[in-house]
Amino acid sequence: MTRARQTFGAWLALAPALAVVGLMVGASLAYGVAQSLGLLAIIGTDQPSLAAYRDLLGGTGPAGREFWPALGFSLWISLASTGLSALGALLVAAVLGSRRRPADGATLLMLNLNLAFPHLVWAVALGLLLAQSGLLARFAAALGLISAPAEFPVLVRDRDGLGIILHYVSKEVPFLVLLALAVLRTQGAEYDLVAENLGADGWQRVRYVTLPLVLPALAAGSALVFAFSFGAYEVPALLGVRYPRTLAVLALEAFANPDLRQRATGMAIGLVIGLVTLAVVGLGRAWQRLGVHHDA
Amino acid sequence: MPDTIDTYVRRAAALLVRVILGAVLLGPILALMLYASSTHWFFPHLVPDAWTFAPLLRQLGDPRTRAALGTSLLTAGITTSSALLLGLPAARVLGLRTFRGRSLALLVLFLPNIVPPLAIGMGLNVLLLRLGLAGSVTGVVLVHLVPVLPYTILALLGVFARHDEGYELQARTLGASPRQVWLHVALPLLWPGLAVAALFAFLVSWSQYVLTLLVGGGRVITLPILLFAAVSGGNPTSIAGLALLFAAPPAVAIALAVRALAAGRLSARGVP
Repeated sequence: MTRARQTFGAWLALAPALAVVGLMVGASLAYGVAQSLGLLAIIGTDQPSLAAYRDLLGGTGPAGREFWPALGFSLWISLASTGLSALGALLVAAVLGSRRRPADGATLLMLNLNLAFPHLVWAVALGLLLAQSGLLARFAAALGLISAPAEFPVLVRDRDGLGIILHYVSKEVPFLVLLALAVLRTQGAEYDLVAENLGADGWQRVRYVTLPLVLPALAAGSALVFAFSFGAYEVPALLGVRYPRTLAVLALEAFANPDLRQRATGMAIGLVIGLVTLAVVGLGRAWQRLGVHHDA
Repeated sequence: MPDTIDTYVRRAAALLVRVILGAVLLGPILALMLYASSTHWFFPHLVPDAWTFAPLLRQLGDPRTRAALGTSLLTAGITTSSALLLGLPAARVLGLRTFRGRSLALLVLFLPNIVPPLAIGMGLNVLLLRLGLAGSVTGVVLVHLVPVLPYTILALLGVFARHDEGYELQARTLGASPRQVWLHVALPLLWPGLAVAALFAFLVSWSQYVLTLLVGGGRVITLPILLFAAVSGGNPTSIAGLALLFAAPPAVAIALAVRALAAGRLSARGVP
């Protein structure tokens, strides 16, 4: 078989999947840009206009006034969630990945079970646990720490987004830990043993063996965590407050507004979310490559 | 090595990490289950005053919930089988071949992992309206495939990376037809990986809210759509019941898969 025929065969096998993903994402982008420019709207203007973007960047219009605070709030939530999840996952992976006391079946099941819970359900459950009359508040009352629900700190539906961050961290730490453990299971034990034989203490083994081994997987996973937590709608909609709102909540509410002129704004915010995500993930990758070259 | 204070500190720290992890992972589930099986549970009582399965049973008996459960199963089922059909040939060439443009194909296929479903759904809303697929299960399945396919292919890539084509070649040399090779050689070898990929696909489709909302247009009512609507108006007990009903199928599926995989690994290790 010639090389050209092999390449052709490969593309033929890829064609159905590529067509579905490529066409859908491509069409979504094309329609999205057109809608954000005020075209294709059911109210039908045929002159493209940058009004939606002008409103957003200039902070005018119903949704535009909230744009910059919402961008800041979204970045705060996603960056804090990503950073805390990565740190937490590293800590847990270092403990569970230890050669002497590896993760037991029950712990692994617990981590996997967490992945199975849809974000929507987890947000509901977290609300029931952390609300001012929730399970944790009842524990606090039983211990005599508080006597009325109002004395319990506001942990969900708070203005700082703590509930949202707590949600993402508790949902993404297990995801990142499982990624890291998969790496450690296939190649960790031997390196760890060698390092120990050469006299490395526990901390040195974590710093010079575990960390470099899990870092690539953790970085790739963190990029997914950032992308998800920056653009997701359900969690901030359920665990957030009316103000400040995240970009995703702002976008969907503008898009679903009965006033069809708001659709362009909603779509423009959607595109901004996509662009910021691509930029941050791209920067992260470039930085990581730079770091690799620097080390080598 | 003698037990120094340092060792004790390290052990205590490790124990603390495990305890916090357990509390964070099980706390919300415990709260959900307590609320779903309680009546008359007033603050500050630590446990419900009365236990009942009535909210859960009421949810199961509610025709709207049952219809949503059916729609969810139908949508996730069709999405999963379509994703496997489309993903298998793609993952096979991506995992086993090197060819021009391979990284470009990977980039296109993994783009939906980065671009949020919200942006994709808002853009596709108009397209599916024009195609007459908005508000239909077909349209919802088509849009679910965008986030589902990358995860399916990712899972299958790992399977094919460990797959040895030599077995298939050998069977072909011995006169087996391509169909026989697929049924009796490839499928048994790939089976565990296929099951995991199917589970991934099912989970991603099952949990989808935004895409179903934007494309289903209020006419395709899946469980997450119903749950989200209930959260804004319902009481904690019925919300918890519905949430538990929604979370149970994937939780059971994952638990079974983890057990099956663990058992497989143990028996594989038992072979000398």
